Amino acid sequence: MASPADPASQVIELDVRTDEMLINMGPQHPSTHGVLRLVLRTDGEIVSEVTPHIGYLHRCAEKIGENLTPRQWIPYTDRMDYLAGMNMNLGWALTVEKLLGLQVTEKCRHLRVIIAELNRIASHLLGLGAYGLDLGTFTPFFYCFRERERILDLFEAACGARLTYSYLTVGGATHDLPPGWVKQCEEFLREFQPAVDELHTLLTTNSIFIRRTAGIGVMSAEMAIDYGCTGPVLRGSGVDHDLRRDGEEFYTQLYDGYAFEVAVMRDGQYPRDHKYPPVPAQAVLGDCWHRFFVRMIEIQQSIDLVWQALDKYSTTKGSIGTPIKLNQKLPKGEAYLETECPRGQMGFMIVSDGNSAIPRRVRARSSSFCNLSVVEELCRGVLIADIPAIIGSLDIVMGEIDR
Amino acid sequence: MADHPPLIEQLKQKFGDGITGWNLEAIDPWIEVAPDALVEVCRYLKEEPSLQFNLLNCITAVDYYEPDPKKAKKADFEPHLELVYHLWSIPHKRSLVLKVMLPRWKDDQVGQLPEVPSVSGVWRTALWHEREVYDLSGVYFVGHPDLRRILLPEDWEGHPLRKDYQFPLEYHGIRCQ
Repeated sequence: MASPADPASQVIELDVRTDEMLINMGPQHPSTHGVLRLVLRTDGEIVSEVTPHIGYLHRCAEKIGENLTPRQWIPYTDRMDYLAGMNMNLGWALTVEKLLGLQVTEKCRHLRVIIAELNRIASHLLGLGAYGLDLGTFTPFFYCFRERERILDLFEAACGARLTYSYLTVGGATHDLPPGWVKQCEEFLREFQPAVDELHTLLTTNSIFIRRTAGIGVMSAEMAIDYGCTGPVLRGSGVDHDLRRDGEEFYTQLYDGYAFEVAVMRDGQYPRDHKYPPVPAQAVLGDCWHRFFVRMIEIQQSIDLVWQALDKYSTTKGSIGTPIKLNQKLPKGEAYLETECPRGQMGFMIVSDGNSAIPRRVRARSSSFCNLSVVEELCRGVLIADIPAIIGSLDIVMGEIDR
Repeated sequence: MADHPPLIEQLKQKFGDGITGWNLEAIDPWIEVAPDALVEVCRYLKEEPSLQFNLLNCITAVDYYEPDPKKAKKADFEPHLELVYHLWSIPHKRSLVLKVMLPRWKDDQVGQLPEVPSVSGVWRTALWHEREVYDLSGVYFVGHPDLRRILLPEDWEGHPLRKDYQFPLEYHGIRCQ
């Protein structure tokens, strides 16, 4: 796929007389990842303007939160980014704990790292598999789903649910891991490791995949920051920022004592803690390929983190603590906390008047919401066929955008 | 957080009455800015090399209003709207919270949305965030290039995150209550 900036491709366009046309893409379109509607203004194959329309999945989560206690709102956070329910639960639980000034036990801390990082792997697997589908390759999707299924089995053993978990909660988790779970998880990690290399072969170094993604949708670091893009989208543009390392202390203490490198290109180099495939010559920092590759590295980093966490969890004595009561009274005040979720920085805010168990206001700052807002500028002047490649590389979940 | 007192001094010197208050004891310490000075303060916070708050995380509107008249007597606040801006500086790894206090309605005329200058010229993140706040909480951002509803349909009435919001009986023949 030649890029429109390539003069050779534009010469052909000049020979053909075209009219401007409005094309409606979605809200039911396989490559919009849910109910996103894009209105494209096209001239031949070139898109001159993209207008996203969102809100089809709006379920009034913030309004509902004004009528529920924090623990009752946990299931609603599951349904925001439904591909990373555990990370959503954790973000909200930590925010309420910040308001309450509550610290969880050491054992619970390691449990949370295991669960959050496993969910990150599962979420990235789905994102990358579906990205392959967007670009017309079917095989990686099955490879990804096969592995993701095993993580869901582990979650089912831990909490009984496969998608909307409500497992991590304010003050800890609903229950401890069942006996034998750690062993099963270790077994999974051992068998999953070769699958990562398979994925690299199927996608990362696949020459068709590279031609569809390298040099497409290039986003500069300034543009990414200006639009509030976070997570792999920000790091794909070469900004060295990961809340697990750089965030507020209330969040980074979760990862105290863990060793990991932020998946980002520094001085033209990706981390070299493992053998990663080389960056193809066609790839430009900030393009779709880099955003994809950052997620691939993060899968590897998460595997390493889960290994460390399993070790720490098994050797830590004590209990995982007890969650707060469903109707625990909240102190007066407000707290805002952002956590590093698979799709970027997910922020939650809670405002309480101090005389009831129900907050005055809850707020969810969605990472995909900001990541999507960039398409208006990013998709200006690209080919129609590159729109799915760009949208897919942002890896959005509509449940989180519309809330 | 220890950096906050010198920052307040710095801002007070530069903007004078534009900085109307602060609270350093809060869990997330905040600085209150007058609506008229908001854009200037934000641009300074973003561009000053020693600050560089280049990431706008979130804009939240909190409605302080008690619809129940019995409870309203006991409430320890005057009815008002609060806009909360959460900023982050990637180079300096620190956060900052700005607050803007607004009346619930402009000139106390119910239905007239309160106005505040848009910061979308400083951070483009605000383009969508301000649309969301306008849509759900009913704040008019002056200077926003494209202030439309974003999550709700364009013909929706009212702003649901207001505490006195009345749910509609029906919407295009769909029962809502």
